[in-house]
Amino acid sequence: MPTSWILLILAALGIVAFYVSRARAIGSVDGDARRLHSLPIYYGLNGAMTALVPALLLLAVWLVVQPTLLDRSILSDLPDSAIPEGSTPGLVMGDVRRVADGVEQGFAFNQFGTRDLSSLNTEAVGEILSAGGTALGTPLTADVLSAAVDYWQARVVLSWIMAAAVIGIALIGTAWAIRKSQGEFRARNVVEKGVLILLMAAASIAILTTLGIVLSMLFETMNFFRQYSWTEFFFNLTWKPSFSGRGGASELGILPLLWGTLYISFIALIVAVPIGLFAAIYLSEYAGKRFRSIAKPLIEILAGIPTIVYGLFALVTVGPLLRDAFASPLGLGNSASSVMTAGLVMGIMLIPFVSSLSDDIINAVPQAMRDGSLGLGATQSETIRQVIVPAALPGIVGAVLLAASRAIGETMIVVLGAGAAARLDLNPFEAMTTVTVKIVSQLTGDTDFASPETLVAFALGLTLFVITLGLNVLALFIVRKYREQYE
Amino acid sequence: MKDTNMTENAVTTDTPKITARGVQVYYGDTHAIKDVDVEIAANTVTAFIGPSGCGKSTFLRCINRMNDTIPIARVEGDIRIDGEDIYDKRVDPVQLRAKVGMVFQKPNPFPKSIYDNVAYGPRIHGLSKNKADLDEIVENALRRAALWDEAKDRLQQPGTGLSGGQQQRLCIARAVATAPEILLMDEPCSALDPIATAQVEELIDELRQNYSVVIVTHSMQQAARVSQKTAFFHLGHLVEYGETGKIFTSPEDPRTESYISGRIG
Repeated sequence: MPTSWILLILAALGIVAFYVSRARAIGSVDGDARRLHSLPIYYGLNGAMTALVPALLLLAVWLVVQPTLLDRSILSDLPDSAIPEGSTPGLVMGDVRRVADGVEQGFAFNQFGTRDLSSLNTEAVGEILSAGGTALGTPLTADVLSAAVDYWQARVVLSWIMAAAVIGIALIGTAWAIRKSQGEFRARNVVEKGVLILLMAAASIAILTTLGIVLSMLFETMNFFRQYSWTEFFFNLTWKPSFSGRGGASELGILPLLWGTLYISFIALIVAVPIGLFAAIYLSEYAGKRFRSIAKPLIEILAGIPTIVYGLFALVTVGPLLRDAFASPLGLGNSASSVMTAGLVMGIMLIPFVSSLSDDIINAVPQAMRDGSLGLGATQSETIRQVIVPAALPGIVGAVLLAASRAIGETMIVVLGAGAAARLDLNPFEAMTTVTVKIVSQLTGDTDFASPETLVAFALGLTLFVITLGLNVLALFIVRKYREQYE
Repeated sequence: MKDTNMTENAVTTDTPKITARGVQVYYGDTHAIKDVDVEIAANTVTAFIGPSGCGKSTFLRCINRMNDTIPIARVEGDIRIDGEDIYDKRVDPVQLRAKVGMVFQKPNPFPKSIYDNVAYGPRIHGLSKNKADLDEIVENALRRAALWDEAKDRLQQPGTGLSGGQQQRLCIARAVATAPEILLMDEPCSALDPIATAQVEELIDELRQNYSVVIVTHSMQQAARVSQKTAFFHLGHLVEYGETGKIFTSPEDPRTESYISGRIG
C-alpha cells in the first residue's frame, strides 16, 4: 500500500479521534463543560495526538530502516559470482533495485504476457525491461533477475505489513484516547507536555545538525590524515596540490592558506571596526532623528549586497586603482589582485555588521547613565568614552566577532580580489588566497573522493571551524572578564 | 520639627543663591512651566512639592540646564546663580553642571567600581593632583554620603552590586565629590525603603552646611522634615512659596491648602 494512502488514513483517524474524544468528554459530564478538568478542545487534541504520534513515529522509523535491512538480506542471498569483476555490491544492488522497479511496472502493465517470469529466458526479460524504460548498467543476469524478483516481492509484502502495523497502532491509540476521555482526565496537562516535547525536539535539531556537520567533517578529515601526514598538513609551508600525479606528489600545507585568511581578515577588520563603531556612535548619540532614520537603512543596504557584487567591485575598480596608485609607484608589485584589495572591499562589506549591531546596543544603554554623567558636568564625548562604550562593550565585542567570523568565512571577494595563488608573504600588494577559496577549488570539477587532494578540503574546513570556535570562546572570556553590567 | 525649622530659618542669609525671573519652559507645543519667579537662598534646603506633571522636576532641570539634552525642550526667562545668567551664551553648560550637581529619582550608578563611580567627576574636572589626593576626595565624599563604613572594604567592587539605598547614597557621594555649590535632587527617595529614606534625609540635612539643596518630592512629610523653604507647583505655575512651617500650617492659597490636606493631587 503506498505511503500516501497510509498518511490519508492516519489523517482521517486523527480527525475521528479528535471529535469522538471531545464528544465523549463532554458527554461524560452531561454536556456541562465547566465540570471538565480542561477545555473540551484539549480532549480532542489529546485524542488526535495519542492516535497519530506513535503511528507516525513508527512510520518514520520503518521508512528509514526498511531499505537498509532489505538490501542487506537480498545481498546476503546473492552469490558472489553475481558481482562481476571491477564492480561493487553497491552497484549490483542498484541494478537489483532498478530491475525490481521495472518488474513491478512490467506486471502492472502486463508487459511480460505472463505471471511467471521463470518461463521466459533472462535476455527476453531484459529486452522487455529496456523497452519499458529501465536503464541497466550491465546486461541482465539470471542472478540479478531472481534477486530483483525477491526484492520486489519482499517489498510488496513489507509495505502491507507496515501499513497494517502503522494503522493498527493508530487504531489502538484512538481507542485508548477515547476510553480515557472522561471529565476528570487532565487532558490539558498531557497536551502541554506534548507541546513541550515538540519544542525540545526543535531545539535539539539545531544542536544535532551542528554535531552531525562536525562529525561528518571529522570522519572525512580522519580519512585524509590516514593518507597524508598531519605534520606535513600543519607545518609544510607550501600548498601545491597535483591532480595528475597521484601519491605523494602533492604538497598540502595549510599555513599559506591560513596566513592569507588571517591577513585578509585582519585588514578587513582594521577597516570595518573603527568606521563601523564611529558610525554607530554618531548615529546613536549625535545624529538627529531624521538623519538617523535615513542613514541607518542606507548603511544596512550595504549588508544586503551579494558578496559577488563586492567581488566585481574589487576586481574591476579597487584592484587596478590600488595597483596604479600605490603598488606600482612604490615598487611593491604590479598585481591587481592583492590582499589589500580583498581586505579593503571586505572591510566595506563588514561596516554595516559592526555599525548596525553596535548602534542597537549603544541605544540600549539606559538614558539614566547619560543623565548621570552629564549631570556631573561631563561633556557628551566624555560620557560616551567613559560610560556608554564600556557599558555597551560586551555587545560591541559580539558585533566585531560576528564581523570576524564573516571575514574568515568569506570566499567570493577573495577569489575576485586577492586571486587564488597560495603564498606566504608580508607584502599586502601581493596576490594571496584563503582557506575557503581552496576548499572550493579542491571540491569543484572532476573529483575523486578517495584522493587526499579532495579530502584535504574537509581538513581545511574543520581547521577553519576550530579557529572560529576558538575566537568565540576567547571573546566570551574577554566579555565575561571586562563587562560592566548595568541594571 | 517644624519649630526647629522656624528658628533655623531665622539665621539664613538674605542674598539669594539662585534667582529665577519669568521662567517659561515648552516641550514642543506643551507649555510645561508658566512664568515662574523664585529666589532660593544659600545653605538652605528648598523643597518643590506638587502633584505629578505639575512641572517641578522640569523646573529643577532648568537650574543645571539638563533640559538642554532634550531636543524639543525650550527655556525662556532669566535664571541667575550668584547673579550670573546661566542661560547666557558665554556659559558652558558643562561647567555649570559641575557647579550644580544633580541626584536622580532612580539610583543610576555607572557600571564601574564604587571607587570609579565617586572618582568620575573629580577625574573629569581634574580636581586631584595625584592618586593620594583622589583617594582622599573619594573617602571624604563617601563619608559625607554616610557610605564609607559600608563601602570602604569593597571600593573595587561594582557600584551596581550595592542595595538600592546604598546606590542612591553612592550617587549622592558621586555628586558631592565634584564639589558643587548647589545640589539638585529629583525625588531621591522614591525608590528607597523607609530606612534608606531616613538615612538620605539625615544626609540632606547635613549637606545643608555646605550646599544649597533643592529637592523635588512627592512626600509632604519629607518636605516638612528636611526643608526650610517649600514651593508648591500646580499645572506649571508656582502657586505658593515660603517658609516650610508656614506653607504647611497656614497656606495662603486655597490650592495649596487643598493639596497639603489631600484634596487635590
